Amino acid sequence: MFQPRSIQSSLSFRDKLLSIDYILVISILILGITSMFAMYSTDGGEFKYHTESHILRFFVFFIMFFILSFVQIRFWHSTSYLIYAIFFILLLGVKYFGLTSSGSQRWLNFYFMNLQPSELMKVGLILFLAKYYHRISIENINRLRYLFLPIVVLIAPVLLVIMQPDLGTALLIAAGGVVVAWLAGVRAKFFAYSSIVFISLLPIAISFLKPYQKARILTFLNPEKDPLGAGYQIIQSKIAIGSGGLFGKGFLNGSQSYLDYLPEKHTDFIFTLFSEEFGFFGSLLILFLYGIIIFRIIKIGNITRSNFGKLYCYSFATAFFIYVVVNMGMVLGLLPIVGSPLPIMSYGGSSMMAIMLGLGIAMSCKVHKDIPVN
Amino acid sequence: MLNSGSGNTFIKSKLISRRMFLLATAKAIVITGVLGRLISLQINESKKYKTLSDKNRFREWKLAPERGVIKDFFGTDIASNKQVYQIHLIPENTQSIEEVFFRLKGILNLSDKRIFSLKRKIAKQKPWEPIIISDNLNWSEFSRVNLFLNELQGVEPIVSVARVYQDNSSAHVLGYVSQISAKDLKNKSYLKEMSVPGMVVGKTGLEKRLDEDIIGEVGFQRYEVNAFGKRIKQIKVDPGKAGKSFKTTLDLEVQKFTSEILKDKAASVCVMDIYNGDIISLVSSPSYDPNAFVHGVGQKYWNNLINDGKKPLINKAISGLYPPGSTIKTLVALSALENKIIRPLKTVQCTGKIELFGEKFHCWKKKGHGIMNMRSAIKRSCDVYFYEVARKLGVDRLSETAKKFGLGKKVLQDFSEERSGVVPSTSWKKKYIGKNWYLGETLHSGIGQGYFQSTPIQLCLMTAQIANGGFEIKPRIIFDKTKNNLKEYLNFKNENPGQPLPQDLLVSNFDLKPLFKNQENIKIIKDAMYSSSNEPGGTSYRSRLENKKFTFAGKTGSSQIKRFTEAQREAEVKQENLDYKDRDHALFIAYAPVSDPKYAISVVVEHGGSGSKAAAPIAKKVIKKVLERHDLRQSTNNLLGESI
Repeated sequence: MFQPRSIQSSLSFRDKLLSIDYILVISILILGITSMFAMYSTDGGEFKYHTESHILRFFVFFIMFFILSFVQIRFWHSTSYLIYAIFFILLLGVKYFGLTSSGSQRWLNFYFMNLQPSELMKVGLILFLAKYYHRISIENINRLRYLFLPIVVLIAPVLLVIMQPDLGTALLIAAGGVVVAWLAGVRAKFFAYSSIVFISLLPIAISFLKPYQKARILTFLNPEKDPLGAGYQIIQSKIAIGSGGLFGKGFLNGSQSYLDYLPEKHTDFIFTLFSEEFGFFGSLLILFLYGIIIFRIIKIGNITRSNFGKLYCYSFATAFFIYVVVNMGMVLGLLPIVGSPLPIMSYGGSSMMAIMLGLGIAMSCKVHKDIPVN
Repeated sequence: MLNSGSGNTFIKSKLISRRMFLLATAKAIVITGVLGRLISLQINESKKYKTLSDKNRFREWKLAPERGVIKDFFGTDIASNKQVYQIHLIPENTQSIEEVFFRLKGILNLSDKRIFSLKRKIAKQKPWEPIIISDNLNWSEFSRVNLFLNELQGVEPIVSVARVYQDNSSAHVLGYVSQISAKDLKNKSYLKEMSVPGMVVGKTGLEKRLDEDIIGEVGFQRYEVNAFGKRIKQIKVDPGKAGKSFKTTLDLEVQKFTSEILKDKAASVCVMDIYNGDIISLVSSPSYDPNAFVHGVGQKYWNNLINDGKKPLINKAISGLYPPGSTIKTLVALSALENKIIRPLKTVQCTGKIELFGEKFHCWKKKGHGIMNMRSAIKRSCDVYFYEVARKLGVDRLSETAKKFGLGKKVLQDFSEERSGVVPSTSWKKKYIGKNWYLGETLHSGIGQGYFQSTPIQLCLMTAQIANGGFEIKPRIIFDKTKNNLKEYLNFKNENPGQPLPQDLLVSNFDLKPLFKNQENIKIIKDAMYSSSNEPGGTSYRSRLENKKFTFAGKTGSSQIKRFTEAQREAEVKQENLDYKDRDHALFIAYAPVSDPKYAISVVVEHGGSGSKAAAPIAKKVIKKVLERHDLRQSTNNLLGESI
């Protein structure tokens, strides 16, 4: 089980290069290229701003992902609290220096891009909790005082993001954190209690919601009630996907998106556009690519020796799955419109950066699978 | 290195894997749900969503079709279309509606009231539906708008067509068109798909009767539009179909001529072909300008029309109800002959009045006519003679004959404004008034007073059916060449000029049903009518036409509005001295020419005084005009007859 080579703490570059999971890399690449076609279509079949910057971002962050794969897993382990802290400070920064756009304050203006720290926090929290649960012994996991820190590091960024306000991202950050805690072995009972507390606090939370957020929830319950108002997005998205049929309307022929019936077609509704143009089989292809990516990350978790790596990979794979499913559920009318991007496919630098960071760390787990973290 | 040792690590790793397995199971369930939804949307319900998507994509703008033309018998347009200049506005294309209206106000003559109502209309309709700001601009206004067009976003200058009527003479029979009202949309199913801005619909007369066919088919422009309603590209254009054009039996020349004669009188004239029922002329006076309604009638003009005591909006020829007065005497005499109540030569002494159960019944001639037989009684219109005949005949037999000859029922089909009038009988009175019939009322009925009510077109039909020898005809106003085959008729005419038609030829060619028991009786009545117009002492002798070509035979009538008091009767008050409103209606019926009857006419002049003075002179002029145009009409008819 323990091969002599694998214990050695440093690997040659060649070893690392060979141990990269190329199936995962190729899947990401195919998905990325597919997303470029989708983006080209949202620009009306021309190379415009969105397509160009999406392609640029994908390749920049893809290279970043590749480089990060070679970073020692030990580095990630040792700096995970720091990374979390940096992201948290950035989140705080948003509160004071953030850019406001369409009613919410989510972005920090850097020279080269507008950064959305809440996206990064999705990975940051997983990283923090993976290290935390890696460190504490199995007996202590369910002790109440050891639960205190995870709750604080989870609630603090979530509250900040809710206040931006960005309910969707906040929920996705929280989901990632909860998944780590679950995998680490926190008792099911505890999750049951906290969900009871959560549900009983829900009415109070709802009273704090902005009117448009309330409308979205009501709309989800009955989208046909106000087809030109709040239900418009769900209805138009369903029409677009449904009208795609088995084979789709063809590349650049999606009338729903082409004629601007689709809202947010670059970002949250990119799947709708793709599905309209490429039909059921196109949708299956996307699902298949995501399936491979998630499966490969779980597989890395299986072969990684350190619990930090396992926890991280499993959690990140699950969080990744949640991002995909929440986005699809939303555009398919199964979930309320909460505003969550589809990983890699959606336009948006911060989301791309966060996902590539997450994938890079996962790949680093693969490359350094046999290396202990401490 | 690890504080808790490798054993602990291993247990922990086991625990993590177990939990991961649980999560993976949950994921599988969730992904099945997403897949199921995809299948349901893209495979099962795909058809529904494709339809919805197309509905999103395409938007149609309807185009109002051109209305069919109405022509007279000779092919002259009496209602046609002309080019009009219009200004439309598409609200969603404007940047600010207020600003556009402000600018337009400076360029056009738009009142604040009009702008207010336009704004209300805009608020009610979809933002991409055009609204008509002004539907009939003159050239200088139109070119001014075009000049400023670059400052008027959303405003579209349109060259369209609108209804135009050549003159006012045929306003009543043609009717007029106007904007579709909510009531029209509710009542007329064919208008369902026709709510197009600028669409007009027939409101009265032929325009209303023919509306469904004459209105045409709505065209459309189908555009692909984006989510904001902006037209991206044109997919399909269907120009629609212009409405069917109709040829009528009317003669515009006669219409104009008659209308000119009737000018300023409250009167009506109806002229009919006595064989095929073609209505040559149907004029009601005073007239109005039907063009005023096409673009929405002005308040002032409308008020003038409805406040005018002579009621210009009413088609008196088919909607005016008048007691037939002495014109009914033709039918009273005919009915008496047919029922063998009285022989033509049987005489009655007229002393100016008779008494029945203490009630006095006066003749119009105070001193009386002396000894009267049927011919002289019709000739001089003796009331006492007809009191006597009516008393013996009884109202029910009279009513039967009157109905047979077309009184008491509508003459034309589907003219909603036509009225049917009243032919009284004992059962009618029982039913509608709920009282028993008095003999005295029979006497009134015998001279066309009392409950009798008839329209001018009914009187014309009655006259025509007497003139053609007593055959039933079906009057028509839309030209119909299938029933116009006069070949055999004309052959006979050419071979036997000047001779009346034999009975069998009439019946076989025109499907004419005899209305008489003995045709001799009809001849007696026609002869009496001849005497009335052409022998000295006849009531319309003064209006006779001596030229054999034009000679007509007629019967005057005056229907009382108010009964004379004894004092007035003693003082021999003249009609001219009464208030306009109290004067008798003047009536005249006739057919011409006597030697070979072709046309029947009825003239009614409201409050004209007496038939001989007010109505007969009008008839004289119209008859002459109609007969002068007979040859032309005949040759046209002949041509059309051959073409079948």
